[in-house]
Formats: sequence, structure tokens, C-alpha cells
Amino acid sequence: MNRVDQCFADLKASGKKALIPFITGGDPKPGLTVELMHTLVESGADIIELGVPFSDPMADGPTIQLACERALRHNTSLRDILAMVKTFRETNTTTPVVLMGYLNPVEIMGYENFAKTASESGLDGALVVDMPPEESEVLAGYFKQHDLKLVFLMAPTTPDARATTICEHGSGYLYYVSVKGVTGSAALDIDDVKANLDRIRAKTQLPLGVGFGIKDGKTAAAVAKVADAVIVGSALVRCIEENENEPDVIKQRLSALMTEMRTAMDA
Amino acid sequence: MSTTDKTAIDLKAVTMLPNKTGHFGPYGGRFVSETLMSALDDLTELYDRLSQDPEFQKEYDYDLAHYVGRPSPLYFAERLTEKAGGAKIYLKREDLNHTGAHKVNNTIGQALLAKYTGKPKVIAETGAGQHGVATATVAARLGLQCTVFMGATDVERQKLNVYRMRLLGAEVIPVTSGTATLKDAMNEAMRHWVTNVDDTFYIIGTAAGPHPYPKLVRDFQSIIGRETKRQSMEHEGRLPDAVVACVGGGSNAIGMFYPFIEDESVAMYGVEAGGHGLEGDDHAAPLCKGKPGVLHGNRTYLMEDENGQIMGTHSVSAGLDYPGVGPEHSYLKDIGRVNYVAATDDEALEAFHTLTEIEGIMPALESSHAIAYAMKLAATMDKDKVIVVNLSGRGDKDIHTVAGLDGIEI
Ligand SMILES: Cc1ncc(COP(=O)(O)O)c(C=O)c1O
Repeated sequence: MNRVDQCFADLKASGKKALIPFITGGDPKPGLTVELMHTLVESGADIIELGVPFSDPMADGPTIQLACERALRHNTSLRDILAMVKTFRETNTTTPVVLMGYLNPVEIMGYENFAKTASESGLDGALVVDMPPEESEVLAGYFKQHDLKLVFLMAPTTPDARATTICEHGSGYLYYVSVKGVTGSAALDIDDVKANLDRIRAKTQLPLGVGFGIKDGKTAAAVAKVADAVIVGSALVRCIEENENEPDVIKQRLSALMTEMRTAMDA
Repeated sequence: MSTTDKTAIDLKAVTMLPNKTGHFGPYGGRFVSETLMSALDDLTELYDRLSQDPEFQKEYDYDLAHYVGRPSPLYFAERLTEKAGGAKIYLKREDLNHTGAHKVNNTIGQALLAKYTGKPKVIAETGAGQHGVATATVAARLGLQCTVFMGATDVERQKLNVYRMRLLGAEVIPVTSGTATLKDAMNEAMRHWVTNVDDTFYIIGTAAGPHPYPKLVRDFQSIIGRETKRQSMEHEGRLPDAVVACVGGGSNAIGMFYPFIEDESVAMYGVEAGGHGLEGDDHAAPLCKGKPGVLHGNRTYLMEDENGQIMGTHSVSAGLDYPGVGPEHSYLKDIGRVNYVAATDDEALEAFHTLTEIEGIMPALESSHAIAYAMKLAATMDKDKVIVVNLSGRGDKDIHTVAGLDGIEI
């Protein structure tokens, strides 16, 4: 069984919701990423979303844009990120890792090569922000061959007919974007999120994750009440940004924020 | 796909592209985050409907005639022809349009679409500032609130246009992320659009971006080629032997080329920014030197490194300083219907001075690339042959840059 499916099955059995932190691979430097991944797991992560840095992160706000820039200062590539996943797997064989990034680095690596290398590295899935289901057929084929999950976004602007299509194409889980905007933007409206999740749940058995606008224990707990997974990005990346040159402080801050959210969600 | 035999290509079928999903062969498509997908679906549907609607067409034609001042002349550049020493060179005078470039043909069209959607705000990205000015202009006329995103580097080198936009009531937002040029302005415009998609219409300034933009920008700009055909018949009694246009994102070029696709006797040349030369990396010539990839919503030729990161580009002209290109050009390159070539900064500057001095026409630095190549091409052709160069814009906006390069403080 793919680790993502296993993870959601286990959580369901224990009546818990998934906490999914996002950090950008290679931020603040490539040598630190695997350690930070372990820190995230130790402080309550169920799944890790690992960002692949891109020069033109069109869907990201300033926080994750800067994370990409820091990682790219070290030329962190998609291959490097897959190598990080491989290293992570040497000591962690259970926590699912899902890449999140833009299509161009995948295009240049080649879809087949990417899927094969990803699978060999112990990756579990990917979310390609600028690849809607309509453009995903070829990659989806290779992902299926290698038992990798292809996660898609849903947005407040997604009409019903599209939502049905996305549910048919998605695997692993669906990522509901809680606000119209880029990552790191405004606060979410929990009633609105709930209404949209209800609408989506009528169409699919897939677990529903919610991201954008979750920044602390309070917002994490509120989302955990209506969703299957809570996805946190910019708030964690900010801990890295503010302590770029102090790895130990980064770990403490990540750990503190993760623990706060985990505790609030499980309460 | 690049080995396609061009004689085997059905050119009529080529003119029917893009297909329903916005693809020109492997290029084009729609690569954006989910939040924008339904806005793009709505725009596609609106455009499909309005482009068949005689009322809409009448409004558009009226504005082109009475607001833009079309048709633009096809001018025989006699002294330029003499200097080049070969084929006759005609200039399609898009520089004489209201606001001084071809950009307005498209902004008029898209602003009309915006009006039909009822959205009160428009946004645009701009490089040289010509598209920003054209958007601010139509926004002023239609009473739409206008915000223009412009790379901080370009804000600096196109000061005159920045002030023009502000005079027209637009807000100009300098973009400092990435390389602070056109590609970053486009990223920022996309980010703004995602956040404000309910009340904002994005007027894209070139024949790139997610479907349906490459198609609708091409359609609005095709007035250039259609007029050229007619005017060439009037002047010469036949079609030109070659047409030449500069290629940034590719809107003025596709506007000139598209109506000629089926006319196999007409050779076509798209001139990219050769910057400091194609040997190094300091240029903006994805069709000459790049590889296919995905950026800004479409698959197309890009300037990218071996890891798929987009490279910084260089051109003396802000309007050509872009690492991508419209997807239709990528397709026309692969099937061999259009030849894509480059002119360097120095060649463009020389052409700028030449045209100014011997014809009394000051071209935009973008258009100067096309002039430079056309002069070289003309020299290789017989005197009874005819070349049309798309003079996409006027050079007033570039006086500062040219003076600076000549070591003159204004
Ligand atoms: C006068 C002029 N020509 C050409 C261009 C390049 O754009 P495109 O390739 O879309 O025609 C610009 C862009 O700013 C321009 O201002």
C-alpha cells in the first residue's frame, strides 16, 4: 500500500486528522533539509510536503518566493530534492513525502524519468501546482505505473463540473485551497471552507486537506474539525526565513509551532 | 516534431489552431493553478461567443478606425531600400497608431471583452511600457480602474512611459522579485489576478499565457497582416516576398504572420533579441537558442537552465527582454513555416539611427531589431522583390536609453 493511503487509514482508525507541514527543499541550504524533515516528523507531522524550488513561483506569495530564492542560491534542483528524499528514507520508512512544485523542472527531467527516479527515491506522490487535470494525462500514466499519488488542487472558484473531474483524476488526497490568492495570503473563513468541503465530499472518498491561511494552533484546530488534513506552509517557512543562519533556532521554532498545532488539533 | 517535412503540412489546418484545449501541436495549453481555471473557461466561452457576434466586431472595428486611426499606412521606404541595396522595403506603420505601437490593437479588443464581463478593474503586465500605456489609455476611456505591473529594472529604463501611465490614471507597481523584468511583472500580475479574480480582468499584452490568450491576442493583432495584404496588392499588385517582425512575446509578429500562413510564396522572418550575441547567454532568443518548457500558463520555447529554472535574459529593448514566446511561434518554428533569427543590441541600435537619419522615422528599439534584419535580408534579394517590415512602435520612449548608450545626459 502506498504510504499516503496507509497514513490516512491509520489516522482514521485512531480518530485523528493529518498534519501536513510544507517546507521548501534546499531552504535555507540543501544540507539542512533532511534534518528539518526529521524535526517535522518528531514534532507531529503525518505527511511532509516538500517544495521544489522554482525561479518563477507564480502561485506563491513573498514568503515562499523568498524560500525558493534561498534554495536556488545553492542551485537546488529537482534531482537534489529526490536525493534528499532518498536520504530521509534511510532512517524513516513510514512518513509519506509528497513533492509540491511547478511543472517546468519536471518537464526538463522528463516525465518518465521523474516518475521512475521518484519511486526509487522513496517518494509517495506529487502536487504540480500549474498542471491541472486537463494537462496531466501523460504524467498520471507514469505515476500509476510506479504507484505514486497525483494530488490536485481545488479552489473556491472551482465550479461543480470541474470539481467532479478533479475528483476523478486525483489520488492520495485532495488539496482544497481555502482562499482566492497566493500562498501566505489572508485569513480563511471556516464556514465557507466547510460549505465547500461538504460540496466536494459528496463527490469523492478521497481525504480532503485544507491549506492557505493556517498559521497557528487555533486555525489548525478549526480546520481539523472540518477537514481530513491540515496543511501548513508559509508560517513554517517564516521560521526558517527569520533564522536563516541558525539551524538550531530553526529546528526549535519549527518544532514549537508544529507541537502547538498538533496539540490543538488532537485536543 | 522538429523533423516534420514542411511540404507535407496542411497549412489550412495550421490556421485552424489552436484546438479546443488551446494547443498548437505540443505547445500552448493551460498551465495555471486551479483558482484561475474557471475564469479562463469563462473567458474562452465569452470570446468564442463575441468573436462570432457582428455587434462586437462592429464596435471593435469602429474603435480601430476612429480611436486608433487604422488602417495604418504601408510606407515604401525608398532611401532605406537604396541603402540596403536589394529588395524594396516597405514599413507597416504601427508606430502611427494611437499610443505609438501595435499594442493598442489588442488592448482595445480585450478592454471590450472586459466591458462585456462587467468587471470594473483591469490589470496588465508591461515590459517596455507600451502595453501598459495602451491598457491605461483604454481603461481611461472606458472608466475602468487600471493597475500595471512592471519590473523595477524596466521602470527605470522606461521612465517616460511610467509617467504616461500615471498621467492616464493607472497605478504602476514596480516588481522587484526575480530579475525585476517582464517575466516577473507577469508573475506578479498572475498573483494579483488569482487574488482578485472576481472583479478583475487581466489584459495580457502579448500572444502568450494560458489559453485563450494566445488565440485572442493573435486574432486582435491580425488586423496588421490583413491590412498589409490588401495594401501590398494596392502598391505592388501582389503579395510581398517576405515579411519581417520582431519577436518578444510575439504579438506584433503573429499579427503580421497569421494572415500569410497559407501564402507559401511569402517567406516569414521573426527576429528575436540577440543581445550581446547568441554565442553567450546574454540575449532573449528562446526560439533560436532555447528549449521547450512550461512557463506563464503555456508550453513553449524558453530560455532555461539544465534544471528547468528560467534564465535571466538580456536585451537593450525592454519589450523583447523575455525568456518565453507565444506558443504559436513555437509551432510555426517546428513546422518550418517561419524562420526565427536574431539581431544583436548593436545591430538594432545601428538600425535605430539609420532609419531615423534617412527616413525621418524613429523606430522603437524593439522594432529596430526587425529593421536591422530586414536590411541584411534585402541585400540578399533582387531589386524587384518586396519585403514588408512590421514597424511595431515608435522610438520616443527609447530616446533616454539611446542617449545613455551614446554617452549623452538628457
Ligand atoms: C514597439 C514594440 N514592439 C514589440 C514589442 C514586443 O512585443 P511582441 O513580441 O508581443 O510584439 C513591444 C513590447 O513591449 C513593443 O513595445
